[in-house]
Amino acid sequence: MSNLLRPQEADWYEASARERVAGLLDPKSFVEFLGPEQRAMSPHLAQFDLTGAFDDGIVVGSGRLDGQEVFVAAQEGRFLGGAFGEAHGAKLAGLLRAARDGAKRGGPRAVLLLLDTGGVRLQEANAGELAISEIIRAIVEVRSAGIPVLALVGGRAGAFGGGGIITACCSRIVVSEHARVSVSGPEVIETNKGVEEFDSKDRALVWRVCGARTRYLTGGADRYVKGRIQDFREAAIALIPHAPPFELATLKAEQQRLAERLQRFGDCHDAPEIWRKAGLPQPERIAEITDDAFLAIQRPKGTDHDAR
Amino acid sequence: MTLDEVLASLFPSGHAVERGPSGTLHGTAKVEGQGEASVVGIVGGTPLGVDGAILLAGHVLAVVEAGGGAPIVVLVDTASQNMARRDELLGLNEYLAHLAKSLALAAVHGHRTVSVLFGHAAAGAFIATALSSQSLVALPGAEPSVMDLPSISRVTKLPLADLEELAKSTPIFAPGVEPLFATGAVAETWAADEPFAPRLAALLRQPVATSDLRDRSGLERKGRLLAQQIAERVATEAAGHAWR
Amino acid sequence: MEQFQVRGTAKSRAGGHRHQAITGVNASGNLEILVERALPEHECLVDVSTAVTGFRGIWEAVIQEFFERSSPGGLRFSINDGGARPDTVTLRLMQSVRLMETEP
Repeated sequence: MSNLLRPQEADWYEASARERVAGLLDPKSFVEFLGPEQRAMSPHLAQFDLTGAFDDGIVVGSGRLDGQEVFVAAQEGRFLGGAFGEAHGAKLAGLLRAARDGAKRGGPRAVLLLLDTGGVRLQEANAGELAISEIIRAIVEVRSAGIPVLALVGGRAGAFGGGGIITACCSRIVVSEHARVSVSGPEVIETNKGVEEFDSKDRALVWRVCGARTRYLTGGADRYVKGRIQDFREAAIALIPHAPPFELATLKAEQQRLAERLQRFGDCHDAPEIWRKAGLPQPERIAEITDDAFLAIQRPKGTDHDAR
Repeated sequence: MTLDEVLASLFPSGHAVERGPSGTLHGTAKVEGQGEASVVGIVGGTPLGVDGAILLAGHVLAVVEAGGGAPIVVLVDTASQNMARRDELLGLNEYLAHLAKSLALAAVHGHRTVSVLFGHAAAGAFIATALSSQSLVALPGAEPSVMDLPSISRVTKLPLADLEELAKSTPIFAPGVEPLFATGAVAETWAADEPFAPRLAALLRQPVATSDLRDRSGLERKGRLLAQQIAERVATEAAGHAWR
Repeated sequence: MEQFQVRGTAKSRAGGHRHQAITGVNASGNLEILVERALPEHECLVDVSTAVTGFRGIWEAVIQEFFERSSPGGLRFSINDGGARPDTVTLRLMQSVRLMETEP
């Protein structure tokens, strides 16, 4: 990261988890919980001949966003692909439970999840999978207590597997162009179903199927931002007051929008088919145009919603 | 066990459970001493995709809307999430999350949710069904997993034989009921030689935990020694932090 | 995977008042360093955990040279290495000392 840039001007994609936290929050407001000096590391990596990380690849703590107290968790996508291990997942589960319990005392205002993950860490598969389920349950509890949980996705690992599911459990989702949000990785689909089904080496295809522009234009993300940390910060500040409540009415509305998506686009196999059916201009070019041009496109009906 | 055998043992007084599209099940059934339960499921080893997930979520939400707090039994014999370009394009992550959230909402609304796993469940399908209920019961034939060992071997580059050897001394990554019980995912395992109906009734009579105790189970069963204490340490530090 | 310690002496205490700092990431070609002000003023120590075996001699040379140049008295460095080259190791070690010398 350049020393000449202020932290929030730096590029989200290039930044480390700690740099994202520093640039996202109000200056010098971040207090880390169970920091690296505590060495809450994975005991499961040595048997695979792997070295670890002092924070097990996730930074959790509290800070201020535009003056308001928020909890933050940021995954380091470059450490074992940001994958969920036992300690890593437990840190996030603990943070969310603390937010839930803190609701009675007035804070935090929101929980920000800076997700950058390939999913479960296979060396600790059962612990990772359980952590993801515990995190989902905790997100529901936090939201039920009236505290929004935001997903911010724009790093090199994306939000895959359980990370993709966690993303869609959040109240609001912010993505930048680099983001991919998906369940099965392209390579896994190719291994299982063949290259005809998914050529995982076709990068443009990967982004058309899993990428931020598709998520945003189908209602799978709430904000599409340019790539600076500042852009994520502004989006988070704007979205927090407009988070949908976790209740039956919200989920019924989600049921309706997800069912409608299948009705309208269920026979599509690539993004431009969806854009054509949705009546968007120049469907074949949407993947290539600049962020400015992309942001100027009017989203299809029903994709700007409160049903999450 | 076949689905019919499972249904007969769970609901000897009768059930009105029907098969639907995409391997789904839904209906109602009588539970001893509890009245009527709602039943949903994904069966036949059908992978869970956008089509199945939206149907199941719809059934669950209908139960919540009807009110009354009936227990919801989720029968699971699936595979992994559906591995298909179409499902990912259409936002499979949202459909699986929506199902998980719907089951969580049901619990918030006082519906006791129990998953009964009698076949496969892996990865994202496992998360959205079996792991999204308050309790997970494993029947004979249950095969829960995150990923099969040969695939883990391929990704981690550890030879399969070494992985199998390692799995003998730690339940932290291997598929199967035993490791998923040891780590806290599976609440109970039921043997085939006893009828399931009384066991289901007993489970439903137990008071519901107010919080997620799976990490504590993992600690007690020695399968996940760190998770509970790390989560607690973070929560304690956070609680000690003053609110503005 | 290898783990070992490299000890040294320093002519002077590392400047600043910070108690700890962290820099880098354990990723391919990179390394993570946690530095703590935890030792007597004229001692310094590096705990290395590395994915790449057989280079202990090079690590020791690189680290002793760093001790000589930077005089990081009182500091304990803990490294999780993902296969960084020696010049990257030196760079990160020096970065970590600079962090300790600046006010938080």
